[in-house]
Amino acid sequence: MLAVEILGFEKTYAAGFWRKKQKVGLKSLHLEIQQGEVFGFLGPNGAGKTTTLKLLMGLIFPTAGSARILGKPWRDPAVRAGVGFLPEQPYFYDHLTPVELLDYYGSLSGLSRADRRVRIPRLLERVGLARDGSVQLRKFSKGMLQRVGIAQAVLHEPQVVFLDEPMSGLDPVGRREVRDFIQSLNREGKTVFFSTHILSDAEALCDRVAVLSGGELRGIGVVSELISQNRGQFELIWQGSEALPAMKALAADCHVAGETVRAIVEEPRLQEALDVLKARRTQLISVNPLGGSLEDYFLRKLGPAGEVER
Amino acid sequence: MSRRIGAIAFNTFREAVRDRVLYNLVFFVLLLVASAPLLGRISAGVQRVLLVNLSLTAISIFGVVISIFVGISLVSKEIERRTLYPVLSRPVGRGEFIVGKYLGLAGTLFVNTMAMSTGFYAALFLMTGQFTRADANIAIAIYFVLLQFFIVIGLALLFSSFSTPLMSAIFALSMFVAGTFAGDLRDFAQMTHGPQGWLASSISYVIPNLASLNVITRVAHDQLISGALVGYNSLYAALYSAVTVCGAVLIFSRRDLK
Amino acid sequence: MSRTSRMVVAGVLIACLFSSIVVLHRIHAVYPSSPMEDVLFISSPEFVKRASLGYSGLLADIYWMRVVQYFGSKHQRDSIEYKALAPLLDITTTLDPNLVIAYEWGSTFLQQPPPSGAGDDEAAIELVKKGIRNNPTDWHLYFTLGFIEYLGKHDYLAAAKAFEDGSKVPNAHPWLKVMAAKMLTDAGSLDTARYMWQNIYNESADKTLKQNAELHLASLVADEEIPQLESLVSEFHRRFGRNPSSWREMISAGMIRSVPRDPTAEPYVLRADGKVSISDPKKLPFVQTGNPH
Repeated sequence: MLAVEILGFEKTYAAGFWRKKQKVGLKSLHLEIQQGEVFGFLGPNGAGKTTTLKLLMGLIFPTAGSARILGKPWRDPAVRAGVGFLPEQPYFYDHLTPVELLDYYGSLSGLSRADRRVRIPRLLERVGLARDGSVQLRKFSKGMLQRVGIAQAVLHEPQVVFLDEPMSGLDPVGRREVRDFIQSLNREGKTVFFSTHILSDAEALCDRVAVLSGGELRGIGVVSELISQNRGQFELIWQGSEALPAMKALAADCHVAGETVRAIVEEPRLQEALDVLKARRTQLISVNPLGGSLEDYFLRKLGPAGEVER
Repeated sequence: MSRRIGAIAFNTFREAVRDRVLYNLVFFVLLLVASAPLLGRISAGVQRVLLVNLSLTAISIFGVVISIFVGISLVSKEIERRTLYPVLSRPVGRGEFIVGKYLGLAGTLFVNTMAMSTGFYAALFLMTGQFTRADANIAIAIYFVLLQFFIVIGLALLFSSFSTPLMSAIFALSMFVAGTFAGDLRDFAQMTHGPQGWLASSISYVIPNLASLNVITRVAHDQLISGALVGYNSLYAALYSAVTVCGAVLIFSRRDLK
Repeated sequence: MSRTSRMVVAGVLIACLFSSIVVLHRIHAVYPSSPMEDVLFISSPEFVKRASLGYSGLLADIYWMRVVQYFGSKHQRDSIEYKALAPLLDITTTLDPNLVIAYEWGSTFLQQPPPSGAGDDEAAIELVKKGIRNNPTDWHLYFTLGFIEYLGKHDYLAAAKAFEDGSKVPNAHPWLKVMAAKMLTDAGSLDTARYMWQNIYNESADKTLKQNAELHLASLVADEEIPQLESLVSEFHRRFGRNPSSWREMISAGMIRSVPRDPTAEPYVLRADGKVSISDPKKLPFVQTGNPH
């Protein structure tokens, strides 16, 4: 059973003063997310990432299409007992304390009072808010609110967790903590689906990513495969400095450490370079294709303005 | 389902209280205290009438203002500020949310009114030094005022379900004023003929008829209120509130949240 | 929310709305819209005006509608008391001193004797004089004053003066001068009364005033016919030595052609003592000579 199946979600808004203009938030989206994976949803601002999450959570209604979460139709409120959601820049009831807030949310999620009494202190500890349990939320900083948000998302131990820009507004320490948290969720076997525009986070955490832009899915794949896609360059390591002058002309980059040389050569000139090394009777140590970064993949998929590479 | 509605209702009540809504009670007490020396100057017979009129009118006005503004801030504002997201991302139906809000607000107003009534009865006792049968009669007027609040809360909720906080406040206030003059609109409809009369008549039935919920002056003059009126008014308030809540549920259940 | 649930909620909404309308009717039966008595507990017109926060015009109109409703419903219930009428009109005209119709209508029905009015001449005169103070160039009000002095207090001199003053106002109706003259020469006659009511009937835009005038005119017809019929009865008595026992007898005697009917098409009642009266005073409340009471 898939964790999430999005079957052609579409969202069009009526915009303009007379509500005649159509503004497309999301074009027909098809997406599948496996159980237990960490899935990254990438895209520039306004791409439709938040729209997708809001559609899945039933906060807005699709113009077309449907979805299934853990096999059940997404619209069924009962589904949400197994789902956790952290909204973007969350905002909570000013006059409650985190303990009261989580108690309230917990009861809405169907947790018994005994359960709540046990889980809430533990959870606050886990997100680093143990000391602030009785402070009213209006006194919390952004980072602290984010932690509360994460806490409420996992309070009822859902199988699937949706996080909308979980790192936003956090300092490096906070971001590190969130990354660790996501990894711990993953270790517990939970499915994590989060949206972000910080690619390094996605690269570090995700099993798979999808790139969304202008309401359309531009690319999707396993992270390790995407970043190992040949950038079109090779790394050559050999011993023997006689070949150096000739190689310097062919290579993009040369680095000498004693007798060992490391050079980077463009693919079209690879064969030529190998011939040079052979002719000079150098000792070849390794030939490695160089991978790209996720950023490269991302920018490629977005393409120059207006173009899309599939 | 009912446990969730109960949780929402309780949380609404708590929000209202923490939001210092109940501070209005302080003003009410101040008002009573300030009017005491004034009352002292008038003849004894009229004193009681004036106290009843003043207190009950104040309870009514304060309560309507609270009903509208707290009602709207607790719903419309929630929608605008997205505090609603973590709630609705849980297994909570949109209808449950509206009903829970309504009950929470109704509870808040109930507590507020009881507190004010206690203050009023205390003042009455201080003035007359005894409790008479007629004093119990006044409670009926207070009960009707409470029924009025329940209707106004329903209106505030209905308008909040689809419009901004400011517009909701304006709509709700307008409906309240219109409802006070519903009887006159009906009279006007009877005097007019043709489509105008028809339109006026229809409108006069759809807006809440609040005039018959106001028996303050009668009670001040110790006139008895018929049991039938108590029964019918209770029924009317329940039915009309149900109409507004159903309307709010229908609208809100299809609404895209920002 | 599923489609079925939505339909259920919509159904409940409609059911409750209709039920609420039904309950509303019941409420009105128990708590008749007589907010008039309540309203009068704030009996100071000045206070009401100040409390109206500048919206006194609208409030005046609302009060005016309520006054008409009050009078109408009381009238329907055959009341003989209209205690609240004068204070209500006072409030209405304080809120809007230029609401001429309130003075005209108000004083007409204040003056008329119960059950058609409050029967309070003094209040009527006070009201219309207030109207004249606030609207010195409206000839209708002078006319109303004269009319009350004439009809209610039978003070023909005062009536003449009122009509005379009114006739001097620009755009005054020419018959004011005529009425002034008639007051001095011919005040008590039916002719004068008929002239006056006919003009009121012609000039009034207000439906109720028109109907009122119509009733008066009809009553005047009866007031004229009845003495004529009574004199015929006397004639019969002279001829046959007794009063006729029915109209048939008089028809057989060739004195009248058919059963005489009053302007409402009801037959006149021939009484044993030879007097003639109308059969239903309620339909012709202003008849004087033929009133059986």
